[in-house]
Amino acid sequence: MIKLENVSKIYGQGSGAVHALKPVDLHVPKGSITGVIGTSGAGKSTLIRCVNLLERPSTGRVLVDEQDLTALSESGLRKARHDIGMIFQHFNLLSSRTVFANVALPLELMGITKRDIRDRVLPLLELTGLSDKAASYPAELSGGQKQRVAIARALASRPKVLLCDEATSALDPQTTASILTLLRDINTQLGLTILLITHEMEVVKTICDQVALIANGELVETAEVGDFFTAPRTQLGRTFLNDYLELEPPRNLLERLLEAPGERTHPIVRLAFRGDTASAPIISRLSREFDIEVSILEARIEDIQGRTLGLMIAELMGPTAITQDVLTFLNKLDLHVEVLGHVQRND
Amino acid sequence: MSSAMIERIWNSIFETLYMVAVSGLISIAIGVALGVALYVTRPRQILAMPALNSVLSIIVNVGRSVPFIILALAIVPFTKLLVGSFIGNTAAIVPLTIAAIPFVARLIEGALNEVQPGLIEAAQSMGATPRQIITKVLLPEARGGIITGVTITFIALIGYSAMAGAVGAGGLGAIAINYGYNRYNSLVMLITVAIMVVLVQGIQMLGDYLVRRANHK
Ligand SMILES: Nc1ncnc2c1ncn2[C@@H]1O[C@H](COP(=O)(O)OP(=O)(O)OP(=O)(O)O)[C@@H](O)[C@H]1O
Ligand SMILES: [Mg+2]
Repeated sequence: MIKLENVSKIYGQGSGAVHALKPVDLHVPKGSITGVIGTSGAGKSTLIRCVNLLERPSTGRVLVDEQDLTALSESGLRKARHDIGMIFQHFNLLSSRTVFANVALPLELMGITKRDIRDRVLPLLELTGLSDKAASYPAELSGGQKQRVAIARALASRPKVLLCDEATSALDPQTTASILTLLRDINTQLGLTILLITHEMEVVKTICDQVALIANGELVETAEVGDFFTAPRTQLGRTFLNDYLELEPPRNLLERLLEAPGERTHPIVRLAFRGDTASAPIISRLSREFDIEVSILEARIEDIQGRTLGLMIAELMGPTAITQDVLTFLNKLDLHVEVLGHVQRND
Repeated sequence: MSSAMIERIWNSIFETLYMVAVSGLISIAIGVALGVALYVTRPRQILAMPALNSVLSIIVNVGRSVPFIILALAIVPFTKLLVGSFIGNTAAIVPLTIAAIPFVARLIEGALNEVQPGLIEAAQSMGATPRQIITKVLLPEARGGIITGVTITFIALIGYSAMAGAVGAGGLGAIAINYGYNRYNSLVMLITVAIMVVLVQGIQMLGDYLVRRANHK
């Protein structure tokens, strides 16, 4: 539904030029929720603003519903923007207008008659749970309510795509959850394609189907969310995930961690179990079949959109030859194994 | 105080109001347009035209730096051309208006400056034209600041109109100069000043009330 082809953005020129976006390719499938995640200054806002050409890319093409936006005239672009809704971190509601009039604004801009506007705004207020706030001014609303108004406004022109620039970053966790639920509902009920950017893994985990990791203006990794949470493919992906899951070996172990196995070392592994591959039977199987001990250093269960993900950091306590066999065995199972390093045996 | 003097003062109130109202309305109409132009033609704004913007800005600065008395005298030929005379209340409206236009323009530009850039962006993302952004976003969102600017303009015009008395117009300023100052009538001086204070106070209160009503922030 959205395709970025070789899109880059350079701010300024000469020695002061900032390469905010290196040439990027991104495909957001129809009906999906795709999240772009990255740290501050990574180029997330630049990326999403290039999609509706609030920022004109320095190179590349932007296709929304197979239409190349970069090739359009000013008026053609304005028309195309009716198909692209956008919501912002700081809501950007007009303080001079009531909730109703804010939602009506895009329809006024399109020249829709007053009666038709009413017929379209009221169901949207219903959908976003704002029916009783129609006559309120934004100043009288909470942050979550303001973002609901912004969502209703973005949906008014019946867009095919919704862009969300840090839509929940100004909200507390509970309100964030309710806004994310609303976005998910809109996605399934209206079949709306959503591209959102965020710096919070929680947002990606809760509603995204696909995730793209951005750093220094480059898309480092793009993956299905389930795959990303079990087995990120890049070092940066792992760092991001571990920071979020806070699943690192204990500090005292980290200090002793060696990169290469030695004469008398044990491997430290991180295991990620998907679905209902239960962890306990595997551990006991290892003890039984290989006659080694498995010391569990960290373990937790995560719920990724209804699917279970088990995570564990463990020390495989056995002779090197045997632990090698264990790793081979583990790799054959439907789980993700990563050797973090090795520690000296302390026997 | 003679009844003739009371009548003179009474009439002068209406002369002042006439000069202030007419020059105020015209200068606000033109000044708002100019203020919007100053804002939207800035670099990176919705109708960015940096060259035009610099020219407008210089014109406005020149207009604002000429003292009113000098301006009134300097444009006498123009005033004469426009209203057929350079003395009297109607003639005074010309320099008053010209002095107020750049003043209004800067106040409006300042009010627009207070509008969050995010709102313009949101409107652009909805496919708004520059004209729609001006009429549906910028002006309504800045209306508190605009009303404040209009209030300041009317108050400034009351002061200017008193100076217009020095160059042949009527109004409270003329009474104060001709009777209060030239003929040492302190009572007349006191009364005209008091009336002007009341006028300024009234305008300020009305302005404050309207700003409060306009703001939903
Ligand atoms: N208008 C601009 N002019 C010059 N540089 C800019 C401009 N906008 C952004 N940048 C630069 O481009 C880089 C990427 O900025 P961007 O706003 O896309 O980051 P971000 O990932 O959205 O960060 P944050 O999470 O803080 O919002 C930054 O280095 C920023 O300073
Ligand atoms: Mg940003």
